[in-house]
Amino acid sequence: MPFLEVRNLSKSFPSPAGVRHVLSHVTLDVDQGEFVSIVGSMGSGKSTLLSLLAGLTVPDTGTVVLDGKPVTGVRDDAAFVFQNYSLLPWFSALENVRLAVQAAFPNETAASQKRRAAEALDRVGLGNALERKPRQLSGGMRQRVSLARAFATEPRVLFLDEPFGALDALTRDALQQDLARLCAERERPVTTVMITNSVEEAILLSDRIVPIVTGPPASLGSPIVVELARPRTLAQLAHDEQATHARAHVVAALTASLQRRNRSVSTAAPSALSTTEPVKEAL
Amino acid sequence: MKRLINLLLPLCGIGMALAVWWAASVAVPDLPSPVRTWEESKLYILEPLAKRGESDQGILLLAYYSLMRVARGFLLGVVIATPLGFLLGVSSTLTKMFDPIMQVLRPISPLAWLPLGLVLFQKSEPAALFAIAVCSMWPTVINTMMGVRAIPQDYWNVAKVLRLSRTTTFTKIIVPATLPYMFTGYRLSLGIAWLVIVASEMLTGTPGVGGFLWQEYNSLVYAHILLAIITIGIVGFALDRLMGMAEARLRASS
Repeated sequence: MPFLEVRNLSKSFPSPAGVRHVLSHVTLDVDQGEFVSIVGSMGSGKSTLLSLLAGLTVPDTGTVVLDGKPVTGVRDDAAFVFQNYSLLPWFSALENVRLAVQAAFPNETAASQKRRAAEALDRVGLGNALERKPRQLSGGMRQRVSLARAFATEPRVLFLDEPFGALDALTRDALQQDLARLCAERERPVTTVMITNSVEEAILLSDRIVPIVTGPPASLGSPIVVELARPRTLAQLAHDEQATHARAHVVAALTASLQRRNRSVSTAAPSALSTTEPVKEAL
Repeated sequence: MKRLINLLLPLCGIGMALAVWWAASVAVPDLPSPVRTWEESKLYILEPLAKRGESDQGILLLAYYSLMRVARGFLLGVVIATPLGFLLGVSSTLTKMFDPIMQVLRPISPLAWLPLGLVLFQKSEPAALFAIAVCSMWPTVINTMMGVRAIPQDYWNVAKVLRLSRTTTFTKIIVPATLPYMFTGYRLSLGIAWLVIVASEMLTGTPGVGGFLWQEYNSLVYAHILLAIITIGIVGFALDRLMGMAEARLRASS
């Protein structure tokens, strides 16, 4: 039985223009210890999907079962990394991580909670920046604190919502490697679902890549397995035949769904626009 | 050069205001001129802490009485207003319930509250505190409420994802995030409290700057009215500046 079992998930939101169907009939299996990336363009409903999986929002229909139990809220063995760091500005790096540790290990002594937090920051190379406030840290360092906060709670599931989307390319590379290392270093394997809009990032980190079939409503395409040995580097991926194959596959799946959307938009358009000017077919 | 101009321009403004005052005193014989005001008031200013009698005291002493009264009324207001603001900020049900009452109570003048305070408490001192508290609490309520509502979704997500308890969410997220707003509320509230003090002292005749003003009007010593007015202005300005500085420090450190 898969560790994470997603069945027929649908979600819609009320909007001024009527109900907006964001996701429909999403089905996905993730094995224990597997790293799965969900790749899609901006606004395709990826984040909505992730918050459904994490129990942050409730689906209209469908079920999410994690480790045999239906997901009804945020689990205590799950951790989250958001794109915009989500650090509390009035706390130092250490205090930010410690807040998570305190919530995850409430029965430990304050000293051991503090040690856990400091160790987690040390593992991401911030051992000498414990007392710094988030605004005294660069974007990359902030996201390292977020990673430390997530791993400090020793999660069994990790949800990453475009974790490196706000970073510049070079910092992004470094943090991707950090994440891969943190995942590999874990004694117990951590099951990870990552949302990203970067195919390269997905290939670098994932065991499996699932393209979003663009909507609305969005659904998931068929997964592409990445069978590359670890550790992987971007330089190696640029020439590797397997990687090239995977990249071509994912890009094909994504563009096909995008073209479908464009076509449906342009055929739907004439009724909405003035009829005097014929709308050209996009393809 | 620029510093000199920055010093000279306010002085020019003050000079012009004094000129208008002097012109008005020429037109209205009952209004003392600036010079006469100084002559008749200098005893109060040069011996600011002298106590010659219950109602005949140095200006600093009078201001001190008023400030203590304001402090107590303001603290009372803040103690009620801050939790109320948090509750209204967190719960939209409570907001819907109490918003209309708040909007109606807010514009009521201290002059209207004071008689009610006298009816309720029988004595002038608690009535004055009541009027100050009731009038000055609204900016704190509203700012605290707004502060809670303005907490970014990111921080709520942190609370949700880390599964923080209600208490922890309150002390580690809601309070620190709201603090700057709260302090703006306190500053505005203190300003109102200082406005109310004069009215309440005038009506109840308690010793203080406002009481002094009213008593000197009744004794036909008009120069002292001007002395009281200027004192009220300067003290109010100083209070606002102090709170502003506290606020700025708070914002810088968070």
